[in-house]
Amino acid sequence: MDEFEPQIIAFACNWCTYAAADLAGTSRIHYPPNVRIVRVMCSGMVSPMYVFKAFEGGADGVIVAGCNYTDCHYIDGPVKCDAMFTRLKKMVHVLGLEDERLRHEMISTSEGVIFARVVEEMVEQLKKLGPSPFKVRAEALV
Amino acid sequence: MNLEDIIQETKTYYCLECGKCSSLCPISRYDPQYSPRVMIENALLGFEDEIVYNKKLFSCLTCYTCQLKCPSDVDYPLFIQKARVLATAAGQHGDYAHSATLQSIAMLMARSPLKQNRLEWLKKDGYRTSEKSDVMLFIGCSPYFEPVFEDIPVRTLNIAEASLKVLNSLGIEPLVHPDEKCCGHDALWMGDVETFKKLAEHNAAIIKESGVKKVIFFCPEGYRTFKLDYPDYVKLDCEVMHISELLAQRLETEGLRFNEVKRKATYQDPCRLGRHLGIYDAPRKVLQAIPGIELVEMEHNREESICCGTSCFTNCDSYSKQIRVERLLEAKATGAETLITSCPKCQTHFRCAMVNKGEEKGPDIEIELMDLVNLVATSLGG
Repeated sequence: MDEFEPQIIAFACNWCTYAAADLAGTSRIHYPPNVRIVRVMCSGMVSPMYVFKAFEGGADGVIVAGCNYTDCHYIDGPVKCDAMFTRLKKMVHVLGLEDERLRHEMISTSEGVIFARVVEEMVEQLKKLGPSPFKVRAEALV
Repeated sequence: MNLEDIIQETKTYYCLECGKCSSLCPISRYDPQYSPRVMIENALLGFEDEIVYNKKLFSCLTCYTCQLKCPSDVDYPLFIQKARVLATAAGQHGDYAHSATLQSIAMLMARSPLKQNRLEWLKKDGYRTSEKSDVMLFIGCSPYFEPVFEDIPVRTLNIAEASLKVLNSLGIEPLVHPDEKCCGHDALWMGDVETFKKLAEHNAAIIKESGVKKVIFFCPEGYRTFKLDYPDYVKLDCEVMHISELLAQRLETEGLRFNEVKRKATYQDPCRLGRHLGIYDAPRKVLQAIPGIELVEMEHNREESICCGTSCFTNCDSYSKQIRVERLLEAKATGAETLITSCPKCQTHFRCAMVNKGEEKGPDIEIELMDLVNLVATSLGG
């Protein structure tokens, strides 16, 4: 059997993390191709629904990433994201999903290396955890 | 099922077009675009698209106000429930509140083979529960409401804790099942029968396996769903009961010793407990038995009580807010200090109105909110 390749959905802020991912690409930094990036205008606009929809669709892990507190294009997006993420983590925990499947990062525009490292770490963790329990069901439904 | 079957099943063809439903409907009062009568008329004229592709289909609170007063006995809430199944099949849905978080959670729960971590709140206190008990306390969605409504702030688990405390002081050590799932109420009323069936089958299976004879609810929605909707889909060999009924029963048979709580209070009838199931007296009996509680009624009470403004966390709009503000003003007008309800969702909705509308309406709508069980738990001491 082939080795399990996790699928990660990353919600990346247009101004920082998306640019960081871009930088990682243009700087030819290698990182696993398991991540699908969804560009959002601000990490503060990511609502729990986005993350649940990703899990419903069969994602093994989700990264929500945006600017640092001081870099936000819209003043206080990261603060909103922080508050949302704390609540989201509790919900996901009650549902019984492993905490490692969800990750919140603050990656600035110049930190392509950090973006690559985060993805690498996450892929490694998810390989240990195995496929998401919702994914198994999603495939069975087809 | 098509529209014709729905008309036959809900006896819609008896409609006299008298318009009582629309004049009583709490939504129609504020939203001129929504009218139960027009909805029924469209069905009778065979305009299926007018119903299925109408966003207002999801505005109905299913609060049963219209159904109780209908002279022809048209089951409008059931009509809405079935029409929503048609709408869902056509890819339509309402505007979910809280960015559909609660709907997603129910759907994931229905699909999930996972062990949930839903009982962590139980560990911290010395509540007595027993795995071999005949009685089960249904916790429902409370562990999920907690983080979702953290910012309002509503603590639904408080109600669960108080229920346990009350049951313990009645000498009952209930089973609190770690694997129970959402009762499926919202999924059923939103037309998502698939999800509902899965949840119902799961819950019926764990109840059968644990061998309990009685399930106690502190949430009227779960109670209604277990009592009226589950029998259509699954076999359930146990008695179901709302905690206020249990308390009223105990009051009659043995009497309960309450400590004094000095308060002027008014009671909001939740639509599921009141109009759906006809339980108006049990909570009032309990309230009146507590010394120091002066119970005053609002202008609209019992069958005529006004709904809290949203059902199933869908189509919560400015009209819903207006309903809530009006209800809170009514509660304030009685001069009561505390508004007692026995539904976690009523509490959530009213508190949301206070947080959001508080700036405009100020102290006019600020009132202490409390669940019946919390009040009983305080006055039973412990």
